[in-house]
Amino acid sequence: MSKSQDLQDLILQVRRDIVRMVHNVNSGHPGGSLGCTEFFVALYNEVMELKDGFDMDGVGEDLFFLSNGHISPVFYSVLARRGYFPIEELNTFRLINSRLQGHPTTHEGLPGVRIASGSLGQGMSVAIGAAQAKKLNKDPHLVFSLHGDGELQEGQNWEAIMYAAGKKVDNLIATVDRNGQQIDGATEEVMPMGDLKAKFLAFGWDVLELENGNDLQAVIDTLHEAKKRTGKGKPVCIIMHTEMGHGVDFMMGTHAWHGKAPNDEQLATALAQNPETLGDY
Amino acid sequence: MKKYKDQGSKDTRSGFGAGMTELGRTNPKVVALCADLVGSLKIDTFIKESPERFFQVGIAEANMMGIAAGLTIGGYIPYTTTFANFSTGRVYDQIRQSIAYSGKNVKICASHAGLTLGEDGATHQILEDLGMMKMLPGMTVINPCDYNQTKAATIAISKHQGPVYLRFGRPVVPNFTPEDQEFVIGKAVHLIEGSDVTIIATGHLVWQALQAAENLEKEGISAEVINIHTIKPLDTEAILKSVKKTGCVVTAEEHNYLGGLGESVARTLSSEYPAPQSFVATKDTFGESGTPEQLMEKYGLNNKAIEEAVKEVIKKKA
Repeated sequence: MSKSQDLQDLILQVRRDIVRMVHNVNSGHPGGSLGCTEFFVALYNEVMELKDGFDMDGVGEDLFFLSNGHISPVFYSVLARRGYFPIEELNTFRLINSRLQGHPTTHEGLPGVRIASGSLGQGMSVAIGAAQAKKLNKDPHLVFSLHGDGELQEGQNWEAIMYAAGKKVDNLIATVDRNGQQIDGATEEVMPMGDLKAKFLAFGWDVLELENGNDLQAVIDTLHEAKKRTGKGKPVCIIMHTEMGHGVDFMMGTHAWHGKAPNDEQLATALAQNPETLGDY
Repeated sequence: MKKYKDQGSKDTRSGFGAGMTELGRTNPKVVALCADLVGSLKIDTFIKESPERFFQVGIAEANMMGIAAGLTIGGYIPYTTTFANFSTGRVYDQIRQSIAYSGKNVKICASHAGLTLGEDGATHQILEDLGMMKMLPGMTVINPCDYNQTKAATIAISKHQGPVYLRFGRPVVPNFTPEDQEFVIGKAVHLIEGSDVTIIATGHLVWQALQAAENLEKEGISAEVINIHTIKPLDTEAILKSVKKTGCVVTAEEHNYLGGLGESVARTLSSEYPAPQSFVATKDTFGESGTPEQLMEKYGLNNKAIEEAVKEVIKKKA
């Protein structure tokens, strides 16, 4: 079977994991998780250079920081299926005494997680610090980060965006999940964000626009192109257009499933649309 | 009674700067960040000698805290530097999530704490920082008393794994602790033995406590003076041992009496050995412009205030 087919199978399985995890505890954030499934699968299985095992320092490998921590279901599923921790542990998501907290944390020692996130707007600063540490260590590996579009309403991001360009943090690839939705509705209604690409460009970043962030090959190609643009004096941003809830028809294109779990019937529908490929946890 | 001599007054922030200079020369893992206050934090020499280990972040403290958290990747020990107000209240959530909850080895170094910032006024005079920082699980909170102790603390925290809040100040104050002192995090320093009352002081109030003890001796009151440089973890053993001997306590700090050292001492006593306590601290108020001396007088944070508190608390002893 081709590598591409393997990744497509993984995508279906991750989507199953997401809806099953959220359904199991009747809480969590399926919408953004489903929308970013191609991105996570590509990043961890095709794009990042990773060592075996996990250590907090991550010297000699690429690093990833999730800033919009509420999409933890997709993060956990992809980490588990990449071998960071047992797949069965996905069954403990959001339960008492679990390492899989509602929002990701280092506090419970879950391999693969290097920072707590959940309170929005902090991840880019952390990613910048890690990128600076890579330079101090003369480690040529890269730092990747993911941010929600609504999250960019937090002011700290713009401190970080200014810093990264001003200080030439050119070993950083920050991706913005431009799904156009946030809890209270469409981003352009809640807080119009205007032309994000123009804003990043004005701050001095190199910017790539990914029109379909739910097309696996397009995601892979764009991330590879972003890697080529590192080391040239500018941080790199990918504005990645995705569809919230992608892969589950009744969750698509609406903010309604930002932080809502499916009921039994809805779960069955979602699973029917995403057949089991690699084995459920 | 043991007497302490001012070896030549200096500001505690310069003690921090001297500590950073030494760390620059001795520990290649120490890196420094600053939010546009290099001169105020006295880290010019560190920057001059180790420019590659210095990160100027501009007036963006939230970003500074996040970058510091990320910089720990690879074993670096980031020291963030700005005023105490901008080191805590302005960035509480960044410290809480990206540093404390994430367990990052960041040293938050905060100058210009308290009323003694002086003429800049209440916008800059934070009196709530100890409370905010000590409430964070895993955070170590240190408030040294003079130049030598601040320098020693600055170096000592580099050897401690975990987040630390180090608080110091702007004014020139007596420098009376030994230059070669060993700084042990969490270990109280007994300065004067006494039998009638225990004075537990931190930061700039330690020298005031020594002055108070000298004056009280002339009136026949024997005061024990303990320097608590580490507010968390608190040396409860030293506090209980002393209060069991004297039977009452005065706590003294340049901080609000809600949330500060006094409250930590009161919690210890109420659960282990209930005893009368009097608080020399600001009483749930903001500060204002003035000279440090005028402000410490007006808000009751000097040796006179400590002496009055001692006389009041002794009366409450059973």
